[in-house]
Amino acid sequence: MGVPDAAGRFGRFGGRYLPEALMPAAKAVEAEFREAWADAAFTAEYRRLLATYVGRPTPLTECSRLSEAVGVRVLLKREDLAHTGSHKINNVLGQALLARRMGKRKLIAETGAGQHGVATATAAALLGLDCTVYMGHTDVRRQAVNVFRMELLGAEVVPVTSANGVGTLKEATNGALRAWVNETEDAHYCVGSTMGPHPYPWMVREFQRVIGDEARAQCAELLPTALPDVVVACVGGGSNAAGTFAGFVDTPVRLVGVEAAGGSAVGKGKLGVLHGFMSHFLQDDDSQVLEAESISAGLDYPGVGPEHVHLAESGRAHYTSVTDEQALRALKLVTRTEGILPALESAHALAWVVDAAATGELAAGSTVLVTLSGRGDKDIQQIKEHLG
Amino acid sequence: MNVVERRLRDAPGRLLIPYVMAGVVPDWLDLVRGAAEAGADAIEIGLPFSDPMLDGPTVQRAAALSAGRGGRPRALLDELAGLDVDVPLVVMTYANVAMTLTPERGVGGFLDHLASVGVRGVIVPDLPLEESAEYRARAAEVGVAAVLLAAPSCDDDRCREIARASAGFVYCMSSMRITGERADLATTARETARRVKGMTGLPVVTGFGISTVEHAVEACADADGVVIGSVLMRMLVDGAPVADVVAEVAEFRRALSSVGG
Repeated sequence: MGVPDAAGRFGRFGGRYLPEALMPAAKAVEAEFREAWADAAFTAEYRRLLATYVGRPTPLTECSRLSEAVGVRVLLKREDLAHTGSHKINNVLGQALLARRMGKRKLIAETGAGQHGVATATAAALLGLDCTVYMGHTDVRRQAVNVFRMELLGAEVVPVTSANGVGTLKEATNGALRAWVNETEDAHYCVGSTMGPHPYPWMVREFQRVIGDEARAQCAELLPTALPDVVVACVGGGSNAAGTFAGFVDTPVRLVGVEAAGGSAVGKGKLGVLHGFMSHFLQDDDSQVLEAESISAGLDYPGVGPEHVHLAESGRAHYTSVTDEQALRALKLVTRTEGILPALESAHALAWVVDAAATGELAAGSTVLVTLSGRGDKDIQQIKEHLG
Repeated sequence: MNVVERRLRDAPGRLLIPYVMAGVVPDWLDLVRGAAEAGADAIEIGLPFSDPMLDGPTVQRAAALSAGRGGRPRALLDELAGLDVDVPLVVMTYANVAMTLTPERGVGGFLDHLASVGVRGVIVPDLPLEESAEYRARAAEVGVAAVLLAAPSCDDDRCREIARASAGFVYCMSSMRITGERADLATTARETARRVKGMTGLPVVTGFGISTVEHAVEACADADGVVIGSVLMRMLVDGAPVADVVAEVAEFRRALSSVGG
């Protein structure tokens, strides 16, 4: 997982499909990131915040009872223990520092369930920046607590309604992009996943690669073979998976990305362009992008990061999907055997492990590293509705 | 020289380019005809897309109305095939539609389709310079003018490159705002048009936020013409008959006729 080409492409995918109005802003982000990422003072400040504010490194947890139940050795990379409860904070702190470096006084962000919105509002509070979060009106209603949490942190939450009445992550991203046109002078657009125009898919992966780099070192310490057999992560836009895979892509380890069955862009999407990048998107035969449908709001996106489609096409990573029911079953199993409540997103990665171990797709006794991207507290109400 | 550029160069006065979302009302083709008769120099035809990132609420609503009535890009284009109007039609849509309308054939298939129904120009705002080389080359081959946009945020070098690569005309965004009606014409509107005018022999047309005849006249102090969109689409989505919208186009035509130079 190297640097994308000069046009911001991973193979055929990625690029920068933006109106001219936004081209200068996107180029400025790229130039600033290239400079900052090579600047020891910037990376030192970023590492310092990761250690003292986020609480990194996050632990690698050996799951003895779960392993016994499923027949493979399961290790969890605990991003649920990062500040604000998910891996999102890793990326947001990097971008917030970058925004400050560029002299911006404001962050704008899109959010689905609210995890990225909360993380962005948190970073804005920490660095004294203004923050506006765009959120689909449907999600604003479903995630009232997270809306309040963002407001408590000092952010403004703007509900976005599409003209056809749907309002989830896709529409939130449209809203944030439109706002970026209006506010390129003052605001940095803090994209929440490995999506959007170049340099975002690359930059967000770099800010998330701390997950994979830490896990690689922790595996080297824990395992006699130094590496797990398989590395698994859930994929919506794909940031926790990209960050995790980055630590193992140069090894023989098998990489597996797990999408939601109703948001399976790698598996069922068609080549297209949305939100500034070329990738696979769920769309109809008339070039209209469809809404994804998943129990997990974080996987409720009709596209996927361009690097993932490239990894799939090159064969380096394998992508699969699980249903809402499989995810809920796995969530219950992990909660009961380990006392860890995973986010619904992360439960998708766990569900694949549970089912692949049962079918023999995962050899008995193999070692599997799963990135637990976030904690499930945010999903309690929804879980209760389905399992209660 | 392509048809769009020739027609705009030959026009006697300031240029008026009304925008019509294809399929927004059942009799949308009557609006295209009526606008041509009311003195439009070209007509911009929007094709509905689910995620129009550069459009404000009015054009979003127009797109949703069209889609809700069963409006599909391919079929809407085919409706243009039999249309007998004496002004060039310029289609505006987004990159996903341009790239996927003809599966497996990419932008080439889309451009062939435009040419086959008599469309003479095309605007795809999310295909900027760096992503549009193949698209521009194919458009030139099939005689469709690929119009590029310039924005107030573009520096002089960028504007010059855009002007050099654009065909038909150069479309200047009046301000750093998405489409939609506004109370005042942004100060950046005239600045941007003036800068681009100094760099190209192509007609320079200002759009986005041209909400009143006064805005249009003011913008035309520097630009060769204007695109008017949301003001017309708002009337339609609010239920005004096509005849009223045509009358509005005529108002703009009359006002622009007073602009000299």
